[in-house]
Amino acid sequence: MADALPKNTLDDPGADNTNLIEATQIMARNIRRYALIGIHHAGSGHPGGSLSCADMLACLGTGELQGYGPDVPDTDRDRLILSKGHAAPALYGLGVEAGFLKAADMATLRQLGSPLQGHPHVGALPWVETSTGSLGQGASVAVGMALGLRHQDNTHRVYAILGDGELQEGQIWEAAMGAAHYQLSNLCFLIDYNKLQSDAPNAEIMGLEPLTDKWRAFGWHTQILDGHVITDLYAALNQARAETEKPSVLICNTVKGKGVSYMEHAPEWHGSVKLTDAQTAAALEGLGLGHTDRLAWLKGEIHGSA
Amino acid sequence: MAAPEQIGSSGDTLREAFGRALAACGERYRELVVLDGDVAGGTGAHHFRTAYPDRFYQMGIAEQNMMGVAAGMAASGLIPVVTTFAVFALRSFEQARLSVAYANRNVKIVVSHPGLDVGPDGGSAQAIEDLAAFRALPGMTVLSPADPYEVQLATEAMLAHQGPVYMRTGRSPAPRLFQDDHRFEIGRGQILVPGRHVTIIGCGVEVSRCLAAGDLLKAKGIEAEIINMPTIKPIDAALIRASAEKTGAVVTAEDHSIIGGLGSAVAETLATSVPCPVEFVGVTDRFGESGEPEALAQAYGLSAPHIERAALRALERKVEAPHAA
Repeated sequence: MADALPKNTLDDPGADNTNLIEATQIMARNIRRYALIGIHHAGSGHPGGSLSCADMLACLGTGELQGYGPDVPDTDRDRLILSKGHAAPALYGLGVEAGFLKAADMATLRQLGSPLQGHPHVGALPWVETSTGSLGQGASVAVGMALGLRHQDNTHRVYAILGDGELQEGQIWEAAMGAAHYQLSNLCFLIDYNKLQSDAPNAEIMGLEPLTDKWRAFGWHTQILDGHVITDLYAALNQARAETEKPSVLICNTVKGKGVSYMEHAPEWHGSVKLTDAQTAAALEGLGLGHTDRLAWLKGEIHGSA
Repeated sequence: MAAPEQIGSSGDTLREAFGRALAACGERYRELVVLDGDVAGGTGAHHFRTAYPDRFYQMGIAEQNMMGVAAGMAASGLIPVVTTFAVFALRSFEQARLSVAYANRNVKIVVSHPGLDVGPDGGSAQAIEDLAAFRALPGMTVLSPADPYEVQLATEAMLAHQGPVYMRTGRSPAPRLFQDDHRFEIGRGQILVPGRHVTIIGCGVEVSRCLAAGDLLKAKGIEAEIINMPTIKPIDAALIRASAEKTGAVVTAEDHSIIGGLGSAVAETLATSVPCPVEFVGVTDRFGESGEPEALAQAYGLSAPHIERAALRALERKVEAPHAA
């Protein structure tokens, strides 16, 4: 897929990035649509955290990852790990956009026999790179992949998307220490900092602040940005790639439920929920999907939405 | 086979045998890398560190991360060997479950300091639950070789095997039981002493005690069949069934809780095929304490006389069993 997509050339002042930005925005919109229809048909799933990381997934999938997918040899591709595995519907949305899944597969999410497991499983879908779903674990696997690639003199990069509540896991900080110790500049974490976790705001459950100071103190090249502004995401990814001595972290300020008006800032959409026909239709309408398509999608006849 | 002669010194431990074997495999397996959580001096991994410093990764006292990093390195085409103490492998058990076993990564987890064999460090350090825990993981091969030479063979077999492996070594000096003609194959046990009255199946440091128990029984005219079972999973069901069909009574012996380890694997095998009296020698649902390994073995019921008495109990039950052969 990547060949057909525009590359991230935001660090080239002479380049016209209009196509890149447009393509990324369309992918982000489609990821949101697919995630929502998948959760609708599954009867359960996490819409809030899937929507908040859709833009960063779209940037990685459109302009950033160099080689991606099941058919690219181990030696020739960047890695993307969704450490916040409960956002699997968004990752599967990226999979549809990338051509690894069919749009219709989204109707099988969380169903018996489907490769679209409730949380990403590399045994079912090789392109998800590792199995996640227990918070903290994807971070260490990403560190191991970055270390393993460097051990073999391979210059490909490793990206991992982490949740904010996930940062309460001690394993994250073990991984942070390890990556800094080994100066893994080929590693980039993107934190989906939507400020809310399963039961309540982070600050109420177990405060994370001062978060930037924590990552800097752990020896990481740390950037803070709006995780929904495509140009900011690409600019930060470019800076991360230019770093040669430290692992990079992008603290992406995001909105849980982003892109669905009635979900944004509404705590009841943060955990695993059912999405009714009406709720799903309203969300898809807000994401620009036409009436006829909406009816078909709700019936399980999901087709490409480009 | 005669009871083993203790030739122990600190150099004759299972962990040192592992470390030397690992270093010896470095040339053959270029993808082999070793991860350590600041216990290389205790696990034997220091041999590999000396031989291949650029393939030795110090991960600090952070076992959860170490296990995940190993999974990631395996995904990059390497063969990572995680080396730690058995209790700390338990600390990273959930990482071994998801990132290694569920993802089916070619990671080898090799632990020293299992069981009461740890000795003076006490109950906090004596892992008596690890075989049960790792045996329950789908796809995980679980090994507990008995002597330094078998550790060497098991290390080679573990590296040749594609898939996750958990292997116990041991802290204390261990007697050499096997000669150069000994063979090791994952999933296969061996009859060390043929017998017809009762079967005694052991693993790890208990094997030498099983052999000593066999001598004690022989003096009473009882011919015990002594089986070494270095693979806990997949268990050698055919060998267990054949021996139980012959003897009709079985004893298991392990430096581990009697819940979930070798004894459970043997009992699971027999319950569905050759039901017969089974007696379990192991730690009975309690934690250990400080003491020298032999003193602990006597205090906690792991010594040769304990195995002998368990065999006598099994024989007694065989006579009483209404359907006994």
